[in-house]
Amino acid sequence: MSLAFKQETFRDDYTFRNSPEAIRRFPFPFPEDQYMYSVNIEPHTAGPKGAVTEFTLDVDEHYVAECRDKAITLEQDPGRCAVLPHMMDAEWDFLEFTMESLARDYPEQFSLSKNGKAWTWVNRPLGIEQSFVFGDAATLPMGPFEYMGRQVQGDFVLLDQREDTLFADAGIVTSQADWSLAFNVGMSWNEWHGPVPQVTKLGVMDRALKFLMSLQQANPVRRLNWTMTINPRLDTSPENYPLWGGDRNKVTAENAGELAHLRVELQTLFRMPRSNAIVFSIRCYLISMQEMATYPRWAKRFHRVLRDLHPDLVEYKGITKYQQAVLAWLSRFDDGADIGTGTQPE
Amino acid sequence: MSQLQVKVASIQDVSAGVRHFTLVDASGGELPAFSGGSHIVVTMPAPGRTYRNAYSLLSSPEDRAHYEIAVHRQPQSRGGSIYMHEAVKVGSVLDISYPVNLFALSRVAKHHLLIAGGIGITPFMAQIHDLERLGGDYSLHYGFRSREHAAFADALKGRVSQRAVCYDESLGQRMDFDALLRAQPLGTHVYACGPQGMVEALVATARALGWPEHHIHSEQFLAPPVGEPFTLKLSKSELEITVQGDMSMLEALEAAGVDAPSLCRGGACGRCELEVLGTDGQLQHHDHYLSDADKASGRKIMPCVSRAKCGYLELNL
Repeated sequence: MSLAFKQETFRDDYTFRNSPEAIRRFPFPFPEDQYMYSVNIEPHTAGPKGAVTEFTLDVDEHYVAECRDKAITLEQDPGRCAVLPHMMDAEWDFLEFTMESLARDYPEQFSLSKNGKAWTWVNRPLGIEQSFVFGDAATLPMGPFEYMGRQVQGDFVLLDQREDTLFADAGIVTSQADWSLAFNVGMSWNEWHGPVPQVTKLGVMDRALKFLMSLQQANPVRRLNWTMTINPRLDTSPENYPLWGGDRNKVTAENAGELAHLRVELQTLFRMPRSNAIVFSIRCYLISMQEMATYPRWAKRFHRVLRDLHPDLVEYKGITKYQQAVLAWLSRFDDGADIGTGTQPE
Repeated sequence: MSQLQVKVASIQDVSAGVRHFTLVDASGGELPAFSGGSHIVVTMPAPGRTYRNAYSLLSSPEDRAHYEIAVHRQPQSRGGSIYMHEAVKVGSVLDISYPVNLFALSRVAKHHLLIAGGIGITPFMAQIHDLERLGGDYSLHYGFRSREHAAFADALKGRVSQRAVCYDESLGQRMDFDALLRAQPLGTHVYACGPQGMVEALVATARALGWPEHHIHSEQFLAPPVGEPFTLKLSKSELEITVQGDMSMLEALEAAGVDAPSLCRGGACGRCELEVLGTDGQLQHHDHYLSDADKASGRKIMPCVSRAKCGYLELNL
């Protein structure tokens, strides 16, 4: 697979754009006109050629720019990567998992050679070649989790399983939808899901936890989650709220097509072998309303979802201030026709 | 669920009734790494029926070249351990699950107290590899009926003699749980694996001494008990299936081609839980998973080890 990596930014002048191919493979999350929060977990099996689920970890045209943006965020705030000391086995599990996946699925871009515990990793897009001893953190420029966390798109949280629950005991989080790693690190499942509306009474979180506790090696799972973001900004963290929160007041019916983005998270969960930890990967895909509307079926669908969204979810997702402006922009595409079920673009 | 295929590389009788199997990847590759305390579920295609039993991995979790398990021939076996002892030979190919850990060491414990009885030593054999590698603070107490039942006493002696204490019951040596637990520093986690009576006594003693529930770990894989035949009515698939007296509900469902989820098959993990819609008799719960309130409600059942004394049992499946 040949990949042309784009030069673009996710801050300041916001030059991020999706190519037509990237729009076509966008993981559109709405199979129906109505959206309600659900667990919607399915096996993370290989999707069709070209789909974001084709491989274990998806590398796309934004790879280099996203890794650069991640480095800027970490430079400004090193606390975006945090690891509790008992997670060292999980760190090495994570390094092995990401290196092996990338080298297997993208051999033109990445390679890994092993001679016993002496490993050499090559990342061509980022110009990295590193020899190190597996299990000896002193042979890497930084901890194994942060080292590879910087070389994969998306955020990662390592979950330690104990006391009949899961603890978020490590994370590298630079493209989050308004939640704080510094605040959440060390929290248990029920603590970090406390703020999600409309789910506690459904028992959704208890069922999801029980399911994940018995997640098996080689049988990963995935789900899609979504929210909206103004401007193609990856770092919408509470810490940097002053840098992006105000943008939510700038959306009008005229500029919503350009400013408002649907933000879809492909969340995948993998059981690690040595540590018994779970890798929780949160990969963010952004698409502007304008880009989405190149497929009118998607614009119709999203218009209906956003119009009829439960008020608690509108508030929780931070959409309140600009919901009407986006609806006004999208309404031109919605003739009310029945578009059936399914997430396909056409 | 993805499975692994392994070949039996060697078989050794290590003590009275205990056979030790060394397994390698059937296609000559590496096996997945695992964490100490993990088990695999071995599929045994006996004539006429398939057994699936969980066995703890006792080899080093870092050794990707082979897995080791030890199988105790159960005197009242329904057939699984007998199959392993009689039908499985060097060169036999077996399907196994990926390793699953329901008996993991707590990575935040200050001290680990490991209590093994008989064949219950197996998960600790792997865990002490992890503890040695990580520099964890631990002590191991291993009780057995007599020297000829002490499957791994010599192996332990060579490796970790300063941390291991052996108790030979035939010489009148017994663990004093109360004294042992009282002597532990704060922040200790205790892990018990062995015969049901031993595990229950240890857990009860720890609770009585006020140990936090999350500091008490135990693992027992139960064999499904034998009972009387009854009929399963499946409301969604509209099937009726007979559960024979020497079969579990889960085995009967699988034999009938019903897609029923399962993981440990020993009443521990909770994956196979099913909803009960009705019965004309009594549920017989044998698992360690459901709470007493769940068991009393009569609405849930773990088909891997539990059954019913009834004419029919209706399930939402």
